[in-house]
Amino acid sequence: MKILVCISKTPDTTAKIAFTDNNTKFADAGVQFIINPYDEWYALVKALELKEAGKATSITLVNVGGADNDPIIRKALAIGGDDAIRVNADSGDSFYIASQIAAVAKDGGYDLVFTGKETIDYNGSSIGGMVAELMDAAFVSLATSLESAGAVLTVTREMEGGEEVAELSLPAVISCQKGMAEQRIPNMKGIMSARTKTLTVKEPLAVDALTSIVSFELPPAKAGVKLVSADNPEELVRLLHEEAKVF
Amino acid sequence: MVLIFADQTDGQIKKQAFEAISYGAKVAAQLGTSAEILVLGTVAADQLAALGKYGAQKVNHADNTSFNVFDAQVFTAAIADAATASGAQVIVFSHTTSGKAIAPRLSARLKAGLVAGAIALPDTSNGFVVKKSVFSGKAFAHVSVTSPVKIISLNPNAFGVQTTDNVAEVITSTITPMAGKTKVTAINKISGIVPLSEAELVVSGGRGLKGPENWHLVEDFAKEIGAATACSRAVADAHWRPHHEHVGQTGGAVAPNLYFAIGISGAIQHLAGVNRSKTIVVINKDPEAPFFKAADYGIVGDAFEIMPKIIDAVRKMKTAE
Repeated sequence: MKILVCISKTPDTTAKIAFTDNNTKFADAGVQFIINPYDEWYALVKALELKEAGKATSITLVNVGGADNDPIIRKALAIGGDDAIRVNADSGDSFYIASQIAAVAKDGGYDLVFTGKETIDYNGSSIGGMVAELMDAAFVSLATSLESAGAVLTVTREMEGGEEVAELSLPAVISCQKGMAEQRIPNMKGIMSARTKTLTVKEPLAVDALTSIVSFELPPAKAGVKLVSADNPEELVRLLHEEAKVF
Repeated sequence: MVLIFADQTDGQIKKQAFEAISYGAKVAAQLGTSAEILVLGTVAADQLAALGKYGAQKVNHADNTSFNVFDAQVFTAAIADAATASGAQVIVFSHTTSGKAIAPRLSARLKAGLVAGAIALPDTSNGFVVKKSVFSGKAFAHVSVTSPVKIISLNPNAFGVQTTDNVAEVITSTITPMAGKTKVTAINKISGIVPLSEAELVVSGGRGLKGPENWHLVEDFAKEIGAATACSRAVADAHWRPHHEHVGQTGGAVAPNLYFAIGISGAIQHLAGVNRSKTIVVINKDPEAPFFKAADYGIVGDAFEIMPKIIDAVRKMKTAE
């Protein structure tokens, strides 16, 4: 079983969100970038667990982005994975990105594709489903656990008010969230070996984007908290009932 | 035509679907076209007819028991058939677990641009631009959809349910399901609770409550106001509360009308899961807790003294009414 893990670069969770160029671009000056947490903690580590258990033969990481993504890809390779492919394209359109990943998956004959449940920047939760459709593969989103027995996967996914367990055969695409695996910290050996792992750069397929971001907007600043005295909590109940009208 | 997918589970149309229909009907009116609903699987006739009041003209019902079990691939193929046959220009989903699984597949299948997590009606003054939530609720993006067919996945509780005196015609659809590649072997529902993602009111507790034995302060208050209960990551990690209650960056995201946080400091990762809430209340003894900056109302003080008084005040208020 060959596994392809999708790795996205996102601003750090604590990064200040601001925009430049008349609110059309994310202001990345001084911002630290990280591997999208769901890709790193759950998708990548789950793939490593499958390989360590002898259930996967190889793990390849894939990223769609410019050369400035290479440090993030090397960081992911330090946690694990045999090699990586970067499709040399910059796009904010999910369908464009998914088309590039699906092409890599089909060309390389990958059986299982892992993504995080969403990226913490665009929050689309879209790439996995799109890749699955383009590969004509089964898809389980928001997966919290996965077991592999031969060619059959048993996957648990979150649903409203509970969870669902399903069996599926390969090829499959799984979007991963909390529960799938535990975060790993790269060790020195991993960091050293990541430097020499193969990172192949591919040129993108010609694909028409279906969407584009016109502009960004920050939410209006909060009016500020209305503090109620600890001696008079009844006043809070009155405000919630009469002013905020929430109950 | 605007096609709205109304999701059902166990024969019950999900609450978020009512909101998606209200939204889709408004989009149709804006485009000067009609709105139709698609329901897959077994649902009672009275429930289907009742969908009319949210504004759509037709309810297409594919009553095939194969649709009673969820399979993203099977549902996508069925919705694609319905959309293509009826010439749908816009397809609306709710951005729930099933919407997140189907909408992207459908987008790739129909080459229809997807706005995932939309929070407002499209701006059609110059193209088709939809506002969506990005950066975990810390910003918005205006996304232009350039393909002929457009797909919108609407964030729950972003638009609201709107009822009219409209009556819809219920039509039996002949869409047949393809053979699925996944086989559902178990469904484990947590009974007797309101799923957090559907809750309009949420009461949440953090480490400030000191231990699971003190959770009656959260639960009693939640019960009085009819709220769902939630917790911070630290609380879930310590196994004080079940994992499904964890909200925040790695847990679930909620967008209720009220998020009432007791003893939660409000780390940026927690805020990422709750900052789409309409009203945020923070009870914390630390006046420097970052959560106060994101709150609408707050009390600086000891939750163990404050919460019993609040619960009491709510009871009195209810009795007085």
